[in-house]
Amino acid sequence: MQRVGVFVCWCGTNIAGTVDVVAVAEALKSEPGVVFSANYQYMCSQAGQDMIKEAIKEHKLTGIVVCSCSPRMHEATFRKTAAAAGLNPYMVEIANIREQCSWVHKDMLTGTEKAIILGKAAIAKVNLNAPLTPGESPVTKRALVIGGGIAGIQTALDIADAGFPVDIVEKKPTIGGKMAQLDKTFPTLDCAACILTPKMVDVAQHDKIRIFSYSEVTEVNGFVGNFDVTIKKNARYVKEDVCTGCGACVEKCPMKRIPNEFNLGMDNRPAIYIPFAQAVPKVATIDPNACNMLKNGKCGVCSKVCAAGAIDYTQKDEYINEKYGAIVVATGFNPISMDKFDEYAYNQSKDVITSLEFERLTNAAGPSAGKLLRPSDGKHPHTIVFVQCVGSRCESCAEKGKEYCSKICCMYTAKHAMLTRDKYPDTEVYVFYIDVRTPGKNFDEFYRRAVEEYGVKYVKGMVGKVVPEGDKLKVQASDLIANKQLHIDADLVVLAAAIEPDKSARPLATMLTASMDTNDFFTEAHPKLRPVESPTAGVFLSGACQGPKDIPETVSQAGAAASKVIGLLAKDKLTGNPCVANSNELMCNGCSSCANVCPYGAITYEDKEFRMPDRTTKVRRVAVVNPAVCQGCGACTVTCPSGAMDLKGFANLQIMAEVDAICK
Amino acid sequence: MQKITREQLLAKASELLSNGTVSCVLGWGLGEFDYDVTPTIFKSVEELENGFVFNDFCGANFSKYLVNKTAKLEGKILVFLKPCDTYSFNQLLTEHRFDREKVYAVGIPCEGMADIAKVKAISGDGIAAIGSNGDKLTVTTLYDDEAIVIDTNEVLAERCINCKSKKHVAYDELMGEEGDVTQSNRFDEVARLEAMTPDERFAFWQNELSRCIRCNACRDACPACTCEKCVFDNPSSGVENKSPANSFEEKLFHIIRAYHVAGRCTDCGECSRVCPQNIPLHLLNRKFIKDMNEFYGEYQAGAEVGSRAPLVSYTTEDLEPGEVFNRGENNA
Ligand SMILES: Cc1cc2nc3c(=O)[nH]c(=O)nc-3n(C[C@H](O)[C@H](O)[C@H](O)COP(=O)(O)OP(=O)(O)OC[C@H]3O[C@@H](n4cnc5c(N)ncnc54)[C@H](O)[C@@H]3O)c2cc1C
Ligand code: SF4
Ligand code: SF4
Ligand code: SF4
Ligand code: SF4
Ligand code: SF4
Repeated sequence: MQRVGVFVCWCGTNIAGTVDVVAVAEALKSEPGVVFSANYQYMCSQAGQDMIKEAIKEHKLTGIVVCSCSPRMHEATFRKTAAAAGLNPYMVEIANIREQCSWVHKDMLTGTEKAIILGKAAIAKVNLNAPLTPGESPVTKRALVIGGGIAGIQTALDIADAGFPVDIVEKKPTIGGKMAQLDKTFPTLDCAACILTPKMVDVAQHDKIRIFSYSEVTEVNGFVGNFDVTIKKNARYVKEDVCTGCGACVEKCPMKRIPNEFNLGMDNRPAIYIPFAQAVPKVATIDPNACNMLKNGKCGVCSKVCAAGAIDYTQKDEYINEKYGAIVVATGFNPISMDKFDEYAYNQSKDVITSLEFERLTNAAGPSAGKLLRPSDGKHPHTIVFVQCVGSRCESCAEKGKEYCSKICCMYTAKHAMLTRDKYPDTEVYVFYIDVRTPGKNFDEFYRRAVEEYGVKYVKGMVGKVVPEGDKLKVQASDLIANKQLHIDADLVVLAAAIEPDKSARPLATMLTASMDTNDFFTEAHPKLRPVESPTAGVFLSGACQGPKDIPETVSQAGAAASKVIGLLAKDKLTGNPCVANSNELMCNGCSSCANVCPYGAITYEDKEFRMPDRTTKVRRVAVVNPAVCQGCGACTVTCPSGAMDLKGFANLQIMAEVDAICK
Repeated sequence: MQKITREQLLAKASELLSNGTVSCVLGWGLGEFDYDVTPTIFKSVEELENGFVFNDFCGANFSKYLVNKTAKLEGKILVFLKPCDTYSFNQLLTEHRFDREKVYAVGIPCEGMADIAKVKAISGDGIAAIGSNGDKLTVTTLYDDEAIVIDTNEVLAERCINCKSKKHVAYDELMGEEGDVTQSNRFDEVARLEAMTPDERFAFWQNELSRCIRCNACRDACPACTCEKCVFDNPSSGVENKSPANSFEEKLFHIIRAYHVAGRCTDCGECSRVCPQNIPLHLLNRKFIKDMNEFYGEYQAGAEVGSRAPLVSYTTEDLEPGEVFNRGENNA
């Protein structure tokens, strides 16, 4: 039999205002196992904790129940108190008589009655508690960053600067992400390349950072502190350590008409290419779908012109296995496809472009060398119409677009409009919007400058239709404030396409057993208090893969993720949560139901020999829980038909005892 | 009347035994009465010739027996499976409950099996013998001089009237022709229950379940109930209960069991077939199946090995609870 002590907290008037704490302490005195019961103003205060410690020693308590606030608040506090008095911390139960009682009741009688019931339930449970000891596991002091956009770059630099080795896996031939494609950046209008490329060089030169470019993660096993990852390095047919990035091959390659993805297909590149001048690593890559040598065995020009001898047509995909203590996801975003938005004539006219294409068109390294020219005829556009929220905040058109706000479009559209008017004062620039959303430091000022100083014509209303006619784009729109229809003959229409997570994010989430929301953005462990951690221990989130973000926000989140990783890698050992699932092999059917529901992949199977009553042996498949991976969610225990699977600290019998105590 | 005869099955079994493909046969054996057919292991051709039967009362689903028999017996077991049995067979494989390598499965066609309760309702008690003649059963009782002739279609088991599939979803060898998944009206009766008011429905189930004598036959016959240690036999489970001493059966036993087999029940109908009290247990499980179909999309347990049932599997593509709730609302 346990010797239980009960401690009822007033929480000032928070609890005592609606619960008769003296009556509660009195009523709980006669519950089974209770040998001591007291009440006090603030149990969590030093004096309150000392009172608990003394009672544990004096009354030789084997378990305590604290009737107080939510265990989220002070469970850890009281566990420490118990441990300091020599009691196993898992012999502490909290009855939440604040959030679940005093705060939701107005009447003293009902509040008191309920507090007593909650206390009884906690006592019934603690009577069945057993001391638990958390396990320990070592930490591999290396981090993996998946995605090499500005988010991944910043996170990797911060972790590496703290002294831990980091590997970046980037699926494209170069790191840099979307930011490398941008021209100038709001709100300060500094050039994206000027602030990004030095960071890319830092990454390349950092002795703690390895870059696996043109690579992807194909398998993830293990758990926090001990991930086992397989990385596939796609064959780029160029020896990375030999290539000097001189570009001779790129110049001589005869297959010149391949759409250049870096410029979003607005110009061409050869079959062997370096995405842009400041690429990191600055190494050529052969596109196997375009190269004549790889397809038909005819050509070999690049190999002949390469002075370094870096070309290797026989290169194979390579698989690398590495262990990591922490994984950061930084897979970023992409603009959604415009295929379903026929009303804007994106597929009919070359002069209807997306905002990212606009960035390339105005970028000095872009297809038109920074001159804003119409893609169709290379003429200078005079009337330009920007359409915001294309596919964003699209409640009625969930099939086409997204219900959420893409967050960055108001600001970059203001940027585009302002820069256009600044460089080409002869232009007339319209922006159609639902709302202009500019919260953020210096953001609203930025937008107002576009309107007030640069004379951009902001029109509240949506564009209904764009019809190409001759060399004009007939734009039909409504002006909601003037309450009239507008007809504009535009030369260029720019669509602020909604953004969505990278398509590779969902399979990656499955590999990582990290959770995602319905829009495929990674979910954070707590939306406010743990925004850079995923609910899966050891997996962290950085950048736009977690939700739409601009660069300042991305960078701050990247730094925050890095500091969480550093905190983890700085530890030599991790203490686990002892409240994990455990399967009783004598009762286990090996049916896999538990493994099928486990969101963390904590359950595996083993064939085990059993001695039967008739002295024969029987080999049976049984479930084994990896306590380092299990998060104690309990999904398996309710799925297991025979009750073989149970959760330590929250055993089926303990929960039933609580329910019984409440229903008595 | 079955399209396949005892002689054909006997010949197949003898052949496979003799040529060493299998070392024993799991088949229907002679019971005390003609309608009382018992699952039996036959180890030789001789045993088969003496004891093997096949008639309109061979309803027993052998799948579940494979769990114990494969673990105990050496060599391969020949098992005869009706189309509906093959679903349970696959479901058990999905749950890794027996070694597929140790089984030689022969699919046999089925024209529907007779329900002895329905026969007795016509003939009365005291059946001495039942013969089969084309589409007719000839029933001789102790009390009548002349045999009573019954049309087999009149006494078909409920699950056979509402047969969900004539298609075998698993076999090593098929006797007869490949069938199809049938259009069945098996959910009609569930819909009738759904149309009742909660009070009426409660009264309906209380009336049915209060007759339960807690023989456990339903659980023991159920191919989803193969647990090494069933919660109802386990003193530490908190729900152990072995006799109808209180209203546990009415209130909890069947509901707990229905939850345990949710997503795993193939609607084989064995529970209702074996119940000596004629409780329509399948309706409870079928309600679960109908709900899962409507909330999560059509799902047939056992249709393929390794499929993941709603309620007992988790993927990141799972429906959000809100969507499931909406579908429930729309159906209500
Ligand atoms: C038109 C436009 C204009 C913008 N202008 C501005 C601006 O002026 N100011 C501003 O602050 N912000 C601006 N932004 C927003 C800015 O681009 C983002 O905030 C920033 O790029 C987010 O960085 P990220 O690293 O999270 O994502 P990304 O830049 O998308 O980087 C993700 C990287 O991960 C890689 N990756 C993806 N999946 C995998 C995988 N499975 N394995 C390996 N690698 C993978 C991708 O190839 C990419 O390199 C603009 C955005 C757009 C679309
Ligand atoms: S408690 Fe949750 S995390 Fe742990 S094994 Fe069970 S299902 Fe997996
Ligand atoms: S669900 Fe239960 S019986 Fe099935 S494998 Fe898991 S622990 Fe074993
Ligand atoms: S519950 Fe009944 S119908 Fe379902 S699998 Fe078990 S015996 Fe068959
Ligand atoms: S009732 Fe539940 S515990 Fe018992 S055998 Fe069936 S599934 Fe297993
Ligand atoms: S077979 Fe019928 S009587 Fe027996 S336990 Fe099941 S429901 Fe009750």
